[in-house]
Amino acid sequence: MSDISRRGVLKAGAIAGAAIATPTIFASQAQAFRNDPGSAKSIKLGFNVPQTGPYSEEGADELRAYKLAVKHINGEGDGGMMNTMKPLSLKGNGILGKKVEYVTGDTQTKSDAARASAKRMIEKDGVLMITGGSSSGVAVAVQGLCQEMGTIFMAGLTHSNDTTGKDKKRYGFRHFFNAYMSGAALAPVLEKEYGKDRRAYHLTADYTWGWTQEESIKNATEALGWQTVNTVRTPLKASDFSSYITPVLNSGADVLILNHYGKNMVDSLTQAVQFGLRDKQVNGKNFEIVVPLFSRLMAQGAGKNIQGILGSTNWNWALQDAGSQAFVKSFGAEYGFPPSMAAHTCYVQTLLYADACERSGGFNPVGVIKALEGHEFDGMGNGKTLYRAEDHQCFKDVLVVRGNDNPTSQFDLLKVVQEVPRAQVEYDPKIFGGELGPYEV
Amino acid sequence: MDAIFIQILNGLDKGAAYALIALGLTLAFGTLGIVNFAHGALFMLGAFCAVSMQKLLTISNKVRDTSITFFEAYKEVPYLELWWGDFGTTIIEWSVPISILMAIPVMILVGIAMERGLIRHFYKRTHAEQILVTFGLAIVIQEVVKHFFGANPMPQEIPGFVSGSAPVGTFFGLSDALVYPWWRLIYFLFAASIIGGVFMFLQYTTYGMVVRAGMADRDTVGLLGINIQRRFTIVFALAAVVAGLAGVMYTPILPPDYHMGMEFLVLSFVVVVVGGMGSLPGAVAAGFLLGILESFSSMNEIKSLLPGIDQIIIYLIAVVIILVRPRGLMGRKGVMES
Repeated sequence: MSDISRRGVLKAGAIAGAAIATPTIFASQAQAFRNDPGSAKSIKLGFNVPQTGPYSEEGADELRAYKLAVKHINGEGDGGMMNTMKPLSLKGNGILGKKVEYVTGDTQTKSDAARASAKRMIEKDGVLMITGGSSSGVAVAVQGLCQEMGTIFMAGLTHSNDTTGKDKKRYGFRHFFNAYMSGAALAPVLEKEYGKDRRAYHLTADYTWGWTQEESIKNATEALGWQTVNTVRTPLKASDFSSYITPVLNSGADVLILNHYGKNMVDSLTQAVQFGLRDKQVNGKNFEIVVPLFSRLMAQGAGKNIQGILGSTNWNWALQDAGSQAFVKSFGAEYGFPPSMAAHTCYVQTLLYADACERSGGFNPVGVIKALEGHEFDGMGNGKTLYRAEDHQCFKDVLVVRGNDNPTSQFDLLKVVQEVPRAQVEYDPKIFGGELGPYEV
Repeated sequence: MDAIFIQILNGLDKGAAYALIALGLTLAFGTLGIVNFAHGALFMLGAFCAVSMQKLLTISNKVRDTSITFFEAYKEVPYLELWWGDFGTTIIEWSVPISILMAIPVMILVGIAMERGLIRHFYKRTHAEQILVTFGLAIVIQEVVKHFFGANPMPQEIPGFVSGSAPVGTFFGLSDALVYPWWRLIYFLFAASIIGGVFMFLQYTTYGMVVRAGMADRDTVGLLGINIQRRFTIVFALAAVVAGLAGVMYTPILPPDYHMGMEFLVLSFVVVVVGGMGSLPGAVAAGFLLGILESFSSMNEIKSLLPGIDQIIIYLIAVVIILVRPRGLMGRKGVMES
């Protein structure tokens, strides 16, 4: 007892108080973290995209966008969106003066393969950030791994509500929109075009993305007064949808909603059109087909069948804002064709990560996370955008599009019907539950 | 009644594709004794004959696309349309039927090259080794196709006058609202005529008779001085043509991609096992039977009683058949029973 003096207790208290009072951002930057580049002249990012398998075309476009982003961050090329992004801390000399390099992995659109390649890039290649992917199942799996390993994950194309809902993670960030936003953006347009008295039949891909999209679109259309006649789950591997489409003919439904993406959507839409659904009259109305999530690459696969069909999309190359035009110009000059929405989201994610590092003054993921949380930016397409701190979901304008009846070029497949303002697609983060988890892992 | 009728039609056209692929598989197994896991790739190659023909017919003049100002983009107008206007457009529309003319010689060459170049070296190996090498070959073919054509599905047009739906309800005195795509009906009739043609070839020609004799007793036919090996090579090429034509005609139903063969291969093997390894009538009968059962199991009424049955019905039937009758529905006694 005699060892503990009053002066000693006061000293210890003062030191502890000073430590607590130190801003956490400085404290965290001083702490050790995985793959700290220290005084190295370059840093590495990990681009984990589907290079094989059904989404490999989308993966290839993501990779093109990543390479372009790295060029622009390192001060090469015309700078693309770095000319329009606001606020911007990047200086065109890499990140914090360190040159950006990259390694790639193949997700194969399989959760286990995607986790394995992400793990390899983190442990063996020493990457500071993982990004990419074209499936919600993969995004949720890789995001979980990144949380465990303390590495930031900037998601690619993932549209399930779960990614930033029940499965959200502190280390995961999504720029892409989600199924809830698709429903909120589409519903008023559907009401305007098809009225309030409709009977909908859903065909839904049987996995996390399909389920959440079905739920969101069902809720949004039922709120309009539409009835849901049936919701049918279809296997992800299905290619012949004839036996799922024929029951629609006699169901009394006058709208078919295809909660399908990629090849599933190309096949089901092609077959639905062949079965004459779009020529039918039911309940005294024209039968309609709705595809809530569209991409230009999918539209290419569906050919003429996409013409006149409504859906939503995260971004389109024909947008006229300065950011979109700068990106399309850079991408087009580099590759000879415009970027897809997957390419756009991946490009933006890379720039946002780089900018957050620059703003936080280091590569410590805790500092970078704090720099991204609640960050508001503009000049990257879709108007003013917020990275919401509560769930790491970006909020921005959403596009409602229609398959173009009279395309003026081979790329002019989707026509923007409406740019739905951000306020219309916002929601309370609590509705999807989930916990972000700790900063320190 | 309408729902049942439409599911029977569905089952018939789905079964037609299974039966055509299974027929080719059985021809290869019955003659050469080879378990050919690259057979699905032949189906896919047939489909890409249609894609190639479309590309050939749409070779285009590139003109600067002035609607895109951000970068240098080019618009492509097919020469056929430039030269012949609407007639050129009609020719392009007919690219799938026209591609049959290309697919036949291409598939014969592919079949002969595959058999002479690789498969003949594995006749005396175990079935497991045959499966490994042909599966590897299938992956190589897939990747080559992906390299040249990309991974995205490539839609193929249906000739305009059969692009809609047939009023089958009116034809059969059912509801007027009952329709079925013309192209699927054409596919079924096409498959039936190919199957009929193969059977007639084997049944009523001297060449076919020798092949059948060889399938029954290869050694004895050889002792009669007939080069049965050469005939079997031709039969392998015939199997490739059957698979290829099945692929060509399926392209308007399912936009082809490099992976489409694998999707059909596994199901077709199940069809062969259910029908009886080596039995041609068994393969055809099982193809249609499983197609129809799969179609009925997708009905909402059935799925509400047995959720998920549509995804397992084919494998369930296969398990039952293997347990009760290991040689399959029409397999020869002793085959696959030991």
